[in-house]
Formats: sequence, structure tokens, C-alpha cells
Amino acid sequence: MSIRLITALMAMLPMASQARSQFNLTQGATEISQRVYDLHMTIFYIVCVIGVVVFGAMFWSMIRHRKSKGRKPAQFHENVKVEIIWTAIPFLILIGMAIPATSTLIAMEDTSEADVTVLVTGSQWKWHYKYFDSDVEFYSLLATSRDEIDNKLEKRENYLLEVDRPLVIPTDRKVRFLVTSDDVIHSWWVPDFAVKKDANPGFINETWTQVDEPGIYRGQCAELCGKDHGFMPVVVIAKEPAEFDAWLAEQEEIARQEKEEEQRLLAMSMDMDELMEVGERVYLGSCAACHQANGEGIPGVFPALKGSEMALNDMQGHIDIVVNGKSGTSMQAFGNQLSLKELAAVITYERNAWGNNTGETVQAADVNAYMNE
Amino acid sequence: MSTVVGEMDHNDHHHHAPPGITRWLFTTNHKDIGTLYLWFSFIMFLVGGSMAMVIRAELFQPGLQLVEPHFFNQMTTVHGLIMVFGAVMPAFTGLANWMIPMMIGAPDMALPRMNNWSFWILPFAFAILLASLFMEGGGPAFGWTFYAPLSTTYSSDSTALFVFSVHIMGISSIMGAINVIVTIMNMRAPGMTYMKMPLFCWSWFITAFLLIAVMPVLAGAVTMVLTDKYFGTSFFDAAGGGDPVLFQHIFWFFGHPEVYIMILPAFGVVSAIIPAFARKPLFGYASMVYATAAIAGLSFLVWAHHMFTTGMPVFAELFFMYCTMLISVPTGVKVFNWVATMWRGSMTFETPMLFALAFVILFTIGGFSGLMLAITPVDFQYHDTYFVVAHFHYVLVTGAIFSIMAAAYYWLPKWTGHMYDEKLGKLHFWASLISVNVLFFPMHFAGLAGMPRRIPDYSLAFADINQIVSIGGFAFGLSQLIFLWVVIKCIKGGEKAPAKPWDGADGLEWEVPSPAPYHTFDTPPDVYDVPPEAK
Repeated sequence: MSIRLITALMAMLPMASQARSQFNLTQGATEISQRVYDLHMTIFYIVCVIGVVVFGAMFWSMIRHRKSKGRKPAQFHENVKVEIIWTAIPFLILIGMAIPATSTLIAMEDTSEADVTVLVTGSQWKWHYKYFDSDVEFYSLLATSRDEIDNKLEKRENYLLEVDRPLVIPTDRKVRFLVTSDDVIHSWWVPDFAVKKDANPGFINETWTQVDEPGIYRGQCAELCGKDHGFMPVVVIAKEPAEFDAWLAEQEEIARQEKEEEQRLLAMSMDMDELMEVGERVYLGSCAACHQANGEGIPGVFPALKGSEMALNDMQGHIDIVVNGKSGTSMQAFGNQLSLKELAAVITYERNAWGNNTGETVQAADVNAYMNE
Repeated sequence: MSTVVGEMDHNDHHHHAPPGITRWLFTTNHKDIGTLYLWFSFIMFLVGGSMAMVIRAELFQPGLQLVEPHFFNQMTTVHGLIMVFGAVMPAFTGLANWMIPMMIGAPDMALPRMNNWSFWILPFAFAILLASLFMEGGGPAFGWTFYAPLSTTYSSDSTALFVFSVHIMGISSIMGAINVIVTIMNMRAPGMTYMKMPLFCWSWFITAFLLIAVMPVLAGAVTMVLTDKYFGTSFFDAAGGGDPVLFQHIFWFFGHPEVYIMILPAFGVVSAIIPAFARKPLFGYASMVYATAAIAGLSFLVWAHHMFTTGMPVFAELFFMYCTMLISVPTGVKVFNWVATMWRGSMTFETPMLFALAFVILFTIGGFSGLMLAITPVDFQYHDTYFVVAHFHYVLVTGAIFSIMAAAYYWLPKWTGHMYDEKLGKLHFWASLISVNVLFFPMHFAGLAGMPRRIPDYSLAFADINQIVSIGGFAFGLSQLIFLWVVIKCIKGGEKAPAKPWDGADGLEWEVPSPAPYHTFDTPPDVYDVPPEAK
């Protein structure tokens, strides 16, 4: 049975390996990913051949050497020569495998002379990208809607593999990734680059890629990182170098304008309806994963906000925990993840949703005052 | 030798088992304790299996249907812990208790009271672990590998219970291992030299040393998790000068030998069954012993192949890749020896032999994917995907568990005094064989195509494969109820089993009547006339 399975498999794989296969490793979009794929196929074929020989001998024996065929058992039970042969031959095969594996590995680990460097930071449950030598940095969150996950809406093509702001890198340039984490261990994985690197809190790992073709490349977090481990995809867009440079300049400009906008906002005050509307959107994007959409949290893991002492009575404490997080827990510092407007809105929302009717608003200026204290 | 057996029959009237529940609570009899271990492990197999059913039901379709991600993570975690520590390890300890004294001609295990204790603390360990699922915040949800800091700073308070229960499991395993070593070193019958021992005894002897070496390391790891979480230490917290990757080094220094703890006794079982049904002595007895020892030795040098993506220096990656590849050499020797044992034998295919043959083929497939995983550059792609899930289920389910099934069918006549129902046994085998491959084989493809493990929901490309896998999973789970039925039927009655129901079987356990009397070999048998690996 298994022989047939393996031959069926061998017939199937080369076919399936065109483009993104549903059954086999991707050949990917880089020279390295192609080498990794070739290595994978080489070793796969070697084990198939070994399998055919070993299982072939076994099935031959099971078919021919049966008691029901009147076979009398032979009585041989050792042979040093044979033992030496079947120790030595596998050893030689292994050396044959180790040579290309070693050279590929050394090439993969050479992160020197990069053209662009991106700091990749994992946190529960999103990625943050920061470009070195420019002012561009942003969070990248799952873009699939909650309703699709809960089977209320039909799932779209890139279900669970789409983000709000993808990472953008240039083609034909060596891009180095420095990978780290803010909380637990994550693992940044893009199959088409053959890049998978753990994001360890407090340490920085290095890896790199050089993409040949412009395109959109999708991956996922590969290391169990808590409740929403399955919901933190990686999306990378590779653009021609000139396009990339233009994009980066544009992003710098947008970041500058946002800062100006922020300053203007300090002088204004928003009304409750607007705050609640923005607040709900921010809450569902950044808070609901733990505290749940209904504000009730998960008892024993994530505290409830509905009816909580802090959300009802302690505004300063509330601003503090949202801005600075709470060390030693999963509560992240959102001070540098959200804008002043978003912070003000989400705190207002938490103090007025689900029956928390304090009637109080928090303005961007309040949050700013707290942050500059 | 028959005179010795006759005398023993005669003596047996004088000590029967005490009646009622006290027989089981206070027993120091290796057969009773073996039975307790085997039943316990089967119950845990069903409990852990029902968690796998929850996992497969959730993964039947994309989207979240039945359980929340947090509960899903508890299911994967506790499924793993229960299957490793509650199902596979106690089953092998049960087989060791039942068979080792009879195989070496000893009246009992060397330390019978400790034997009682090492079993009876286990139900408490697992009661604590299972109870933690009902705590506020749920049970452990950080994977059976409990990587810090997910298991420290970011875990719920049930972690303390998890740590305590792992400590108890570890104490139980260490005591069981000490007992095996002391028994084998001191209680072999006259003439039973080391190189005459059945391979099952040899493989357990080596396994016991592995257990003593690594269970304290696991105890250290969980203790550091405990103090990091509750007592302000920073072993695994960079903010206090620690390192989360240190946790993985400690865990896998336990974890890799642990893998061999779960497979070496399986090698021993298969090395008993294949010669029996091929009616031909085991090929290369001595090389089997050396290969087992070599695998055990190498198992201490390969732990970091579980950690290739953690950011190790290239030199370390190369070292661990080469060492890991090297393990396939002694493992290959064992497979070749089994095939050579069958070669020109006179084979029949009763249920134990069917399971043993399926073991050789499917374990070897697991070995092949293991070799692929050893190749560091490609491991970057395979790591933490369903390819890994497929790999370790091939070696643990169709490896370790198939060998346990084979052992149960092989020795059931000796344990119960009745032949099991061969038709039902074969039905169990074929149902298990087909469903287990529908369950685990497609996982290779899901992993290669990029599906990460430990996720409660997946992208649409993996929908078809997961549906097939889930169907295989339900079928495999149901098939195990046939096994339960066969065992109960065999205990209740059936054709009387002779002392040696398998004409090609060899070993002292077949010299005593079936069912084996409560006490065997009160007077040691004389085994000087048994030629080493022959017969």
C-alpha cells in the first residue's frame, strides 16, 4: 500500500509544484527559497528510493515467505558483513545530503551587506515594522473581519492572510530583517522567502531576503503565542526599487502630516458621539481580542472592563494603563500604537459602553497632558 | 525446565490475591501493578483522544465553530501532555512490570512497595491536570512544550497546578525506571546473562537510564517556570538578565531523549513479535543491542534540532544537523534487521504480527520525515507546520501506540488465559491502519503547503485537507473502541490459551501456564541451556 502511495506521491509532486502548491513546498520568490526547494525535493527523492528498496524487500518477504505457502523457516540469525554494509551505505548517503545542506545553510545565515534594514517586532497579536534610516514605522494587523471568522459573512480569497498595512520592500535589493518581540515568542515566517525566524523578547535575531519578482507574499506567525496565534498574518509587498523609494517618501510625508494633525487636535474637543464612534472601531481592532467585544473579558485570563472599578471611577488610572500598559501581564502599552485621538476615543468608549454610563469624555488634550506629565 | 514450572503450579495455592479493592490499592505484585498501569494508560488514551476529537471537530471547516481559541489551545496542550505522560509512558511501564520479571525469571520486581507508590501517585497527577481545565482562566494553554514567557508571565494561574502535576509524573517515572534497572541488574535467573536477555528487557534497561537522566531536567524546567511566575526570578526573562531561549534548551535536553523513551521499548516489543511469527530467530541480536545503546547516546546530542529557528550560530546549527542525521544510521540498522528476520521465514499474520509489520513500515515513514526535518535549511520551512505534526504522530501513534497494541494482542493470552477474538482483532487492525493514514498522511501536505500547527482556524487553501484529516481522526478514534471490546471479551472468556499460544514464540514467559499464576518463578528457572538469541 505504502509503495503505491509513494509512487502516486512522486507522480503528483512535480506537477503540484508549479506556482503555489496545495501539496508541496513553494519554490518561492528568491534564489534561496529555490535552493531550499531543490534540497527538499532531493532529500524527498532519496528517502523515496530507500523506502522502495526497504519496503519492497519487506513486501516480497511477506508475500513469498509465508507459512501458508509451506515455507520452512531458515535459521540464519547473524552476519557481520551485512551489518557493516548496511551501516556504511546509509552513512555515505548522509554525507551526500549534508554537503548541499551545509552550503545552503551558510548562504542563508549571511546577513552582511544589506541595502535596507527593517526592524520586525511581534506582539500579541500583530506585527510592527520600522524602517531604519527613515521615520516610517507602523503596526500591521489582521484585516479579515470578525464576521468572516464567525461564519456570518462569506470568507474572501485571502481569509486570515490579509492585513491592514503590509510591509513593503524593494526587489533586487538585499533586505535585512531584525526580529524581536515585545511580549512572548513569535515567529516571523514568509514561505516564499524561505525565511522563518523566532521573535524573542529581549533579543534580536537577524535574517534576510532578496526578492526577484514584484508581488504580494503572504505568511503567518509560526510560534504559538497565545490565544490569537492563528490570527497574526504577515503580508509583504515587493516593489521595484524606484517604486519602493517613492512609497517610502510618501509614507514619511503622511507620518509628518499626521503629527501636525495631532497637534491641531489638541486645541479641539470632540463630542461624545464622535468619540464613541471612533472608540468602538479602535476597541474592536486593538482591545476586543482580549477584553472581548462585550467588555466582559475572559475570567481568570483577561479582566472585564464592563462594570470595572477603573472604568467607572478611576480616569487617571484608566489613561495610565492604556498608555503605559501593565508590566508582568498581557496588557500592552498603547501609547505609541495609537494616536492621541484614538487613545482618547477608546478610553471614552470603555467608560461609556456596555452600561458603563459615566457620561465622561476623555479628550486628546487629556491624554497628551497625561503623557507629558 | 518443565519440572520447575510444575513445582511452581503446586506452590501457587498458598498465595492468592487478596479480595476486593484492597488487592489493587495495596498490591505489591508486579502483575497487578502492570495491569493497573495498562488500564490507566488506556483510560488516559481515551481522555486524550477525546480532546483530539474536539481539535479535529473545530478544524473540520475554516472559521470558528465549536470552541474559542483559548480553549482550543488548552485542548492541544492537554492532549499532548496526556498522550505523552498519561498514555504512552504508563503503557510501557505496565508492559515492563508485567513482562520483565517473567522474561528474566525473577519472582517480582526488585522494589515492590515503591512499585505500588509509583503507580498510585499517577492518578493524582492527572486528576490535578484535568481539574485545572475547570479553573477560572482555564487549564494550561501554552502547548505541551510550555515555552516561556508564554507559560510564565502570560499564563493563567492554573500553571501552578500544571507544574505540580508534572512533578508528580516525573517522580513516578523515575521510581519506575529505578525499579527496572535494579530488577534487571540483580534479579536475572542463573544463566540469564545480559546478552541472553530478550530485547524488550534490553531496550527497557536503556530507556530506564534515559528516564533517570532527563526527568530531573524536566523537573528543573517546570520549577524555574514556577519561580519565574510566582517568586520573582528571571531565568527566562530578559528584563531580569535571563533568556527565553534558555528554557527551550533545558526543555529539549529533556524532550529529545524523551522521544526515545517512548520508542525504544517499542523496538523491544517488535523485536519479540516479528521472530515469533516469522518462526525464525531475530537477525543480528547483538547489533540490535548496540544500535539501541547508540540511539540512546546520540539522543543527548541532538536537542537543538527542535530550535533551528531560534537564532543559533551557524556552527551550532551544523553540529546539531549532523548529529541528528547520524541517528538515522543505528535506526536504519534496526529496520534492516527486522526485514532480515522476516526474510526466508515462515510467516503468519495474526493480529500482533499485523501491528508489528505496520509499525515497521509506518515508523520508518516517520523516520524519513524525521531525516528531512534534520536538514536545517529545509527545516526552516517545515518547522512549526503540520509537517512536524504529521512526523511526530507517525512515530508516536503508528510507532509507539501500534507497538503497544501489538504487545497487548501478543501477551493477552498470557495475561487472561484466553485467546482474544482473532476476527475482531483483525477488524481493529484494518480499521486503525486505514483511518490512521487518512488522519496523518495528508497532514504532510498541509504542512508543506504552509499550514502552521496549533491554530484553531486556517486559510481556505487548507480546507479540503483538513476535512479529510478530521474524518480520518473520527474513524481512528472510534476504531479504538473495538480494541476495548476485544480486551473485555478476552478477559471474560474465550478459547483457553495454552502456555505457549504462538508456536514460534520464545522466552521464559511462555514456560509458565496461561493465565500466568499470581506468583511466577518463586524458584528461579535454569536457563543455562538456552542458547543466546537462538530458539
